[in-house]
Amino acid sequence: MTPLIEKPLTKNMRPDGSVVDRKAYEQAGGYQAVRKVVQHGMTSNAVTDAVKDANLRGRGGAGFPTAKKWSFVPLGKDAPSPTYLICNADEMEPGTFKDRLLLERDPHQLIEGMIISGFAIEADVAYIFLRGEYVLAAERLLRAIAEAYDAHYLGKNILGSDYSLELHLHLSGGRYMCGEETGLLNALEGKRANPRSKPPFPPVVGLFGKPTVVNNVETLCCVPHIINHGAAWFRALGRTQDAGTKLFGASGKVKRPGLWELPMGTTIREILEEHAGGMRDGVTFRGLLPGGASTDFVTKEHLDTPMDYSAMATIGSRMGTGTMIVLDDQTCPVGMTWNLMHFFAQESCGWCTPCWSGLGWVERILKSMEEGQGKPGDLDKLTSQANMWGPGATFCALAPGAAEPLHSALKCFRDDFERHIREKRCPWR
Amino acid sequence: MATVYVDGQSYQMNADENLLHGCLSAGLNLPYFCWHPALGSVGACRQCAVTQFKDEHDTHGKLVMACMTPAAEGTRIAIQDPETVAFRAAIIEGLMLNHPHDCPVCDEGGECHLQDMTVMTGHDYRRYEFDKRTFHNQNLGPLVNHEMNRCIQCYRCVRYYRDYAGGRDLNAFALRNTVFFGRQADGVLENEFSGNLVEVCPTGVFTDKTLKRHYTRKWDQQFAPSICGQCGLGCNTDVGEHAGTVRRILNRYNHDVNGYFLCDRGRFGYEFTNSPHRIREPLLKGQMVSADKARRHLRDLLASGTAIGIGSPRASLESNFALRTLVGPNRFYSGMSDTDAKLVALMIDVLRHGPMRTPTLHEVEACDAVLVLGEDVTNVAPRLALALRQSVRQQPIEIAKTLKIPLWMDHGVRDAIQDKKGPLYIATPYATRLDEIATATFHAAPDDIARLGFAVAHALDPQAPSLGDVPLASEIARALKHAKKPLVIAGPSCYSEAIIQAAANVAMAVGAQLMVTAPECNTMGTSLMGANPLSAAFQAVKDGNADTLIILENDLYRRAPRADVDALLNATAHVIVLDHLVNSMSGKAELVLPAGTFAESDGTYISSEGRAQRFFQVFVPSSDIQASWRWLTQPSWHSLDDVLAAMATALPQLARAREAAPSATFRMAGAKVPRSSHRASGRTAVLANINVSEPKPPDDPDSPLSFSMEGASNHPPGALIPFMWSPGWNSIQATNTYQKEIGGPLRGGDPGVRMVEPSPSNGQSYFSGIPSVFEPREGEWLLVPMYYIFGSDELSCSAPGIAELATTPHVAVNAGDLMDGEEVEVRCADGMFRLPVRIRTDLPRGMAGLPAGVLPLAGCGLPAWSTIVRIT
Amino acid sequence: MLSPEEISEIEAEAAHYPRRDAVCIDAMRIVQRHRGWVSDESLHDIAAHLGMSVTDLDSVATFYNLIFRRPVGRHVIMICDSVSCWMMGYDRMREHLGMRLGIGLGDTTSDNRFTLLPIVCLGCCDRAPAMMVDDDLHSGLDPQKIDRALETYT
Ligand SMILES: Cc1cc2nc3c(=O)[nH]c(=O)nc-3n(C[C@H](O)[C@H](O)[C@H](O)COP(=O)(O)O)c2cc1C
Ligand code: SF4
Ligand code: FES
Repeated sequence: MTPLIEKPLTKNMRPDGSVVDRKAYEQAGGYQAVRKVVQHGMTSNAVTDAVKDANLRGRGGAGFPTAKKWSFVPLGKDAPSPTYLICNADEMEPGTFKDRLLLERDPHQLIEGMIISGFAIEADVAYIFLRGEYVLAAERLLRAIAEAYDAHYLGKNILGSDYSLELHLHLSGGRYMCGEETGLLNALEGKRANPRSKPPFPPVVGLFGKPTVVNNVETLCCVPHIINHGAAWFRALGRTQDAGTKLFGASGKVKRPGLWELPMGTTIREILEEHAGGMRDGVTFRGLLPGGASTDFVTKEHLDTPMDYSAMATIGSRMGTGTMIVLDDQTCPVGMTWNLMHFFAQESCGWCTPCWSGLGWVERILKSMEEGQGKPGDLDKLTSQANMWGPGATFCALAPGAAEPLHSALKCFRDDFERHIREKRCPWR
Repeated sequence: MATVYVDGQSYQMNADENLLHGCLSAGLNLPYFCWHPALGSVGACRQCAVTQFKDEHDTHGKLVMACMTPAAEGTRIAIQDPETVAFRAAIIEGLMLNHPHDCPVCDEGGECHLQDMTVMTGHDYRRYEFDKRTFHNQNLGPLVNHEMNRCIQCYRCVRYYRDYAGGRDLNAFALRNTVFFGRQADGVLENEFSGNLVEVCPTGVFTDKTLKRHYTRKWDQQFAPSICGQCGLGCNTDVGEHAGTVRRILNRYNHDVNGYFLCDRGRFGYEFTNSPHRIREPLLKGQMVSADKARRHLRDLLASGTAIGIGSPRASLESNFALRTLVGPNRFYSGMSDTDAKLVALMIDVLRHGPMRTPTLHEVEACDAVLVLGEDVTNVAPRLALALRQSVRQQPIEIAKTLKIPLWMDHGVRDAIQDKKGPLYIATPYATRLDEIATATFHAAPDDIARLGFAVAHALDPQAPSLGDVPLASEIARALKHAKKPLVIAGPSCYSEAIIQAAANVAMAVGAQLMVTAPECNTMGTSLMGANPLSAAFQAVKDGNADTLIILENDLYRRAPRADVDALLNATAHVIVLDHLVNSMSGKAELVLPAGTFAESDGTYISSEGRAQRFFQVFVPSSDIQASWRWLTQPSWHSLDDVLAAMATALPQLARAREAAPSATFRMAGAKVPRSSHRASGRTAVLANINVSEPKPPDDPDSPLSFSMEGASNHPPGALIPFMWSPGWNSIQATNTYQKEIGGPLRGGDPGVRMVEPSPSNGQSYFSGIPSVFEPREGEWLLVPMYYIFGSDELSCSAPGIAELATTPHVAVNAGDLMDGEEVEVRCADGMFRLPVRIRTDLPRGMAGLPAGVLPLAGCGLPAWSTIVRIT
Repeated sequence: MLSPEEISEIEAEAAHYPRRDAVCIDAMRIVQRHRGWVSDESLHDIAAHLGMSVTDLDSVATFYNLIFRRPVGRHVIMICDSVSCWMMGYDRMREHLGMRLGIGLGDTTSDNRFTLLPIVCLGCCDRAPAMMVDDDLHSGLDPQKIDRALETYT
């Protein structure tokens, strides 16, 4: 076992931003995991078990145990066919810029992860569902896929084994809802990206009615490393009970905005102060959204919380995508909330009432507040709308995602909201 | 059944259904929008939220959508939980943000599901202070009106139109709070069932455009239960009238027959009753005369000479029977052409002798493999096509069952089965609308269609006569054999006995149900009544055996060649015509009597299913219009019940027709069933300029319905439901409250009595008259009828909306050397017609088509060999 | 009429799906790459090519923001208006662009050179504010950088 791989996901990445091609990837030990799996007689269950032992949880935001999701897929001769594996590369959560890095810089890592994951669920066809705006990623992925086909990592009888997998790239027509896993299925079927009702769940009835697993880019990229280095190693990478490393990022008025691969469970403070360098001179920290737009604001007192799934939950927030958006004192929290709600309102698919109706209303209220037309009672309306996006209330997780920053903003920055109404203006303008 | 606790009370609910279904069935008021009993659940509107508890100790519970939660044994929910009450009120508030609140000028006002649900949730205060979004409305054609600003995005319209009815030109556009439901561009809605949008839409987005032209509020209309007269299926309707004009047709739920939906011909064809061409007063030699004088003249003619009568398949049993009684059974002649009469008699014979039974429309939906022989179902028996669109889902739905997806989970089921379709085989002379969902189609001459049927029967049972290899036959046989509920559909459309016989053979061979179509609303009834052939009437006149001819509601120019009818009318000394609209017959009659349509009379039709069903007079016309059977009445008959009683004695095979509806003596709590809502406004005020004292409403000796708003206030039996209403349920969604269980039979049973059932004892042997292969002829074309939902039916073509969409005379040919639009001369045995050409590449070689039922082509006997000559 | 190139590109994509209509989004993007936008005529052509109804295709088209159902200029500027860019100066960048081009969001310059559209988070938050011009990502924007970038698109 190679002794020191603290940053398995980013270890190959070059400072100049150029792409790791197949040769370079193979030289760095790439595609060994595929060989191990398809040529050395691993069973699909064994792969799933390794991923289960590794305690890999989905990096798309919800943190669902990956092996558990895979285990719902019917296997064997009598299983419906084809089975599909989909890489969710739709990254559109505001403040999130992690998958772009993995896609643009080391596409073979993803492809290898998909081959192995596909093997685990006995997938016949795989798609990478890529955001339409990720043009560079698309170019590099297409080249990498072609290279992988050339080297027989993809296609019929991979590396001479019994396993075959076709991999296609699909470019999205553009909508946040395409990232929601069932909206994605509809989008890939050439339909409007409305979410689907569950049950049936995608591993049973997914794309084109067939068993389908949807995983995030980062999730899939972890898989080859688990196969290469073992579950125990992967678990040990995390600092807390959650396993592996995670791409953490920070944006906003910090000294060094960026993205870093760090152990799961690194504290918010460490990310903010050590890696992002703390706040820019002249501005003060007020709060942050820890993992993209659909997570709750956390404030000063919670900075020592480890970024992992359960610790973040205990402080009433979520790890989400792990890319934090930092709010400073020179930025209006009401304006920021308006911006976020504008996003959610605009991206609402229009299926369920609390979302399409409520978000539109909330956005108008916040806009009017920013424009100095806030009214007493507006905060109650905002709260009551946010209450309409609770669990079970909406059809999918988009509006509940919007509820998190809205609820927490109303709590953390209540004074600022009230000031807007009282002073009939935005104090930051 | 499952025990479900709602607010602490226990209820028995159907365990195969969801909680919303269960609650509504239990009579609980739970608001909803996106759910519809025929469309299932999709969980979009979030209006039906309830609190669900884990067990009896759980006091907190969680919010769930009743429509998305199974009614499983032991489920505990609360409707009255304050949090969900507030949630539901907030949902309505959300739906109303952009709603224009234009109820006073909205056609839906007063019968609006959105109004009802708003009242039910208690939302009554607007907190939204911003501008509302606005849309451009589309012109969707003459039948359906579009007013998008009222939309609440429940998605019912597109789910109905696309998923249920198979339409492809209505969909949702854009997203968020600006979803637009409409067509890509303005234009007539293409689907033949578009009118149901009017009832499916819970607000005023899609409304009845024909009603709009003579709008009256629901509560100011006078209604009566009726039976659609626009084809043979006998869909149940409610007819609304105001101030002497029929305003609209609504669906009247009948679980066995039409369920929730009508076709557009049936819904919008009513306007012929308001036509300026209505015959409203008796005409003697072209001069308006009093009813008394007309009656006297009729009596004199009958007394002085020999009269014969020609009945009609579009007139009621009672009117046909009255004519038959008046002239005597021996001088009563069928209103159908001899060919039609023979074909219909054959169909009835086949059904009577069994072993196959004709299914109800509802049962058709459950059939899982279908063979259509010779019928253009959408255009001949439209509502049946909608049923077939459901039946092709039966086999694929097994996939969902295996995956344990509840069948009411509409999108879940659709995701699982994708666009898979069960077996549907269609053999017709030309391509039909249902071809798009067919497993395979076969376009051929009637004889070849029959041959296919015979071959399928033989493939199923070697005992059935054989005829060698016919492509597709074994595939079809296999599909039928593997089905749980196979169905064969045939009818008289191709004028081919062989097709009906072949269909019977198939049904016998595989034990399938056999569904026949009937061209007109009482084709079956008149056939069961029995009569001399129509040609014999012509002969009787020719032979000088009759000097008076009474023609009942029948345009003979549609039954026989023009020359023959002209000769008949010229040779008869006295012609008496009873009909609704001025036509070439009435123009030539000595005496014309204004015959009541379904709106102005009572009567019974027997549908293609063999179901006798009663329609009731909607209003008392101010003119002399009355039921034909009243014009032709006997001294001892005082009411409809008397006619029915006399008929039962004279024609025992029709005795059970009396059971189609309760008799005129029926009372509920001692009272009649009111034809108008107890909210009917201004009944006394309307005529206040003339007289402030309220006139006594007219009596109705013929039915248990009153021409009034007074009467029994509870739900009448199915055959007597004039309109759907329950406290708090003013829209047609009130239908829920009339059913034993939502989507199930009506309380007290679904109306109608089946008059034709197989008697298995006298089993039937296979037909063996296999026709030989169709041989195209050099220089000649076999003319076949082509059916049009808008155009082939006589009366609906006098409704302006339908007329706008109706086909016009033409001849359809496969390209050859003719060009689309050019004029040709078509000659056949029954005449010569100058017609424009329509190219139809789906017509087989050697065949040409004439639009069925379109004058002046309607009378010529088809199929017929013809020549088609270019006009140079 | 779809061009032979468009058809062959669509068919290449169609080979990746079990159903023809599944490729409709790709097909519209392909046509848009060739023609800048999806006109009513293109919509009809694509629908006919895939055996869909125009209504169904437009229903899909109008759902997605990267499918343009109105004509655009030679170059499309998509400026990120999501949260990180907003915090880092989106308003100023949009105003600057508006001033330079003389247009607002959703508009096209009179010389048909640029169309200016808002876009959601471009996944470039650490280098905010950001915009895309055609296929190129421009990040860390300031007015000068914008001016320099615009010059390269003629
Ligand atoms: C509105 C919405 C947008 C989402 N967008 C993304 C996305 O862009 N990428 C992603 O991986 N997951 C996204 N998700 C989460 C996915 O639904 C899904 O949980 C995830 O792709 C599963 O992958 P994982 O198990 O590997 O995390 C989104 C969820 C919602 C509700
Ligand atoms: S919460 Fe509802 S409207 Fe919003 S995106 Fe999800 S399904 Fe669509
Ligand atoms: S009726 Fe249940 S969500 Fe609409």
